[in-house]
Amino acid sequence: MDDIFGIPAPLLFGQLLLGLINGAFYAMMSLGLAVIFGLLNIINFTHGAQFMMGAFAAWMLLEWAGLNYWWALILVPIIIGFTGVVMERLMISRLYKLDHLYGLLLTFGLGLIIEGVFRNQFGSSGLPYRIPAELQGAWDLGFMFLPIYRGWVVIAALILCLTTWLLIEKTRLGAYLRAATENAPLVQAFGVNVPRMVTLTYGFGVALAAIGGVLAAPIYSVNPQMGTNLIIVVFAVVVIGGMGSILGSIITGFGLGIVEGLTKVFYPEASATVIFVIMAIVLLARPAGLFGRA
Amino acid sequence: MTPTRRSLLTASVGATLMPALPRLGRAQAANTIRIGVLNDQSGTYRDISGPYGIECTRQAVQEFGNKGFNVEVVSADHQNKPDVGANIARQWYDQGVDLIIDVPTSSVGLAVNNVAREKNKAYINTGSATSDLTGAQCSPTTVHWMYDTYMLAKSTGGAMVKAGGDSWFFITADYAFGHALERDTTGFIKAAGGKVNGAVRYPFPATTDFSSFLVQAQASRAKVIGLANAGADTINSIKQAAEFGITRRGVKLAALLMFLPDVHAIGLQTAQGLVLTESFYWDLNDRTRAVTQRLQPRLKDVKPNMASIANYSCTLHFLKAVADMGVAAAKASGVEIVNRMKAMPTDDDAFGPGRIREDGRKLCPSYLFEVKSPAESKAPWDYYKLLQTTPAEEAFRPLNEGGCAFIRS
Repeated sequence: MDDIFGIPAPLLFGQLLLGLINGAFYAMMSLGLAVIFGLLNIINFTHGAQFMMGAFAAWMLLEWAGLNYWWALILVPIIIGFTGVVMERLMISRLYKLDHLYGLLLTFGLGLIIEGVFRNQFGSSGLPYRIPAELQGAWDLGFMFLPIYRGWVVIAALILCLTTWLLIEKTRLGAYLRAATENAPLVQAFGVNVPRMVTLTYGFGVALAAIGGVLAAPIYSVNPQMGTNLIIVVFAVVVIGGMGSILGSIITGFGLGIVEGLTKVFYPEASATVIFVIMAIVLLARPAGLFGRA
Repeated sequence: MTPTRRSLLTASVGATLMPALPRLGRAQAANTIRIGVLNDQSGTYRDISGPYGIECTRQAVQEFGNKGFNVEVVSADHQNKPDVGANIARQWYDQGVDLIIDVPTSSVGLAVNNVAREKNKAYINTGSATSDLTGAQCSPTTVHWMYDTYMLAKSTGGAMVKAGGDSWFFITADYAFGHALERDTTGFIKAAGGKVNGAVRYPFPATTDFSSFLVQAQASRAKVIGLANAGADTINSIKQAAEFGITRRGVKLAALLMFLPDVHAIGLQTAQGLVLTESFYWDLNDRTRAVTQRLQPRLKDVKPNMASIANYSCTLHFLKAVADMGVAAAKASGVEIVNRMKAMPTDDDAFGPGRIREDGRKLCPSYLFEVKSPAESKAPWDYYKLLQTTPAEEAFRPLNEGGCAFIRS
């Protein structure tokens, strides 16, 4: 058997693939953050809680309404996205004229409150959510068994990321969005309803987090802390990619998933830290992030 | 001001360091015994004890009744952080708390152990698993209640090796508890002629994806994957092992520490057939069923497990010792009250008759359970069938092997 750096090649390929799968979650989450930050200039610390709400909403639809995974995939982003819209209208929109720190504190506080409410209601050890029957089983890739569901997560994440990127870079709506990012008053002067666009953008970013939550529900324990563990890493991803850069957050998300996967083989103790080491190095060398504009 | 990364990072760091200030009344009554329940109320171990552990403590106080002194229960969240836990403990002891109980998460449990010794105050740990609490780091002010890593390793690990699982791979939470559990289980595997093919130590509590470690474990060709972790980590490990078809291909999972709420969270469909060890199960005998029934109004639709109900058991015993030696003497010295507790036999509905050994180890039987299949389970929380009982005197590490300093002297 061929060894690469003392690790059997099949094992290494397996780890690369698993890293890619985790990267898919990072990419989806950081994409939503980047979209929100790009237009609203809000550092959305509620994102982890919204990811968690997505997973819980999928569970509730199944348990209380009998709607399966596929329905959840369609309905949950709409429901949770709507809660995002309400939140933006009621609270976040009041902070645009203030310092960014206020937005950060507000969203962070909201995240803690939402998490606390779910913890009181559902406890901390989580709820069972099974993999949909259509996606059960595993493919034998020769070097490892890949559960079909994990393959589906990567594909779904790639489709979502590419669609979002195309939407923002290649469509007229995306052009308005980017223009409003540069100079909102001017775009408004051309007759575009910027406040509504901002609201919907926030809802869209939240919906992305919610889809991530639905995709994660069958893999991870559906519990109130599930977003907290992810959110700090995802922020590092956004910072490394360059705040507000769409493409940057997608590529960095997948890339860091792979780096983390490799760390889990070579030195597992550091697998939670490696992303922050990379962040420190990137910030020293390129303060605007890998894909950001200085 | 532009959104600087510094502001973002400062906020995130600030968030992790937010202190949890305990609520404590100002009145200092000489005739009041204060019990502090210090546990995880917001993280991965919350459901194992958390608010339920506090309720069990209150139940014990209520059942103990009025024996001429007041009992007050205070509680706080240590967030699984040793510095937070040690700070609260120090503050509590300084403000007149006479006993701290619970304290899950071995790193926090050991930190509070040092504070209790330094302040000469009583400390009954029911939540941490590390056997070092009555071994290398034992203290005359400390009692370790219903389990430890040695007892888990002997019961679950010993049974798995006996059933033919002679090669192991560990997936270990990288902190005091995981290390102790891996060490103690390895001892039993080697003693039985088995071997350990490898181990990974993953960062706690920042890990949610275990697939990478499970694939590594599988590549090692070990017959048993030992999960030296707890709570949500164990749940995620078992869930993902099922997803990757690891158990279907003949590799056995040893959940070295699993509590009833964990089984509840995974669901019987995935958890069925798992073998685990607890020292209490609500449906074990008439006494356990009786105490569970008394607790039920407080716990609502949740059943007690060995961790939450240990708070009930140890509080009762502590209060009996206080009544025996008098409030003033009990408040004066942690060593004295703990010595009195060791001198009195323990007996309650949760753990039955037992005793506390010189090194602070409370002795009770350990039970090896198998998780029922969905078809075998007749009612909610009807999860376990009993495989084997290890008597109290054999369940734990022998006194002379622990290396407890104050025993030798």
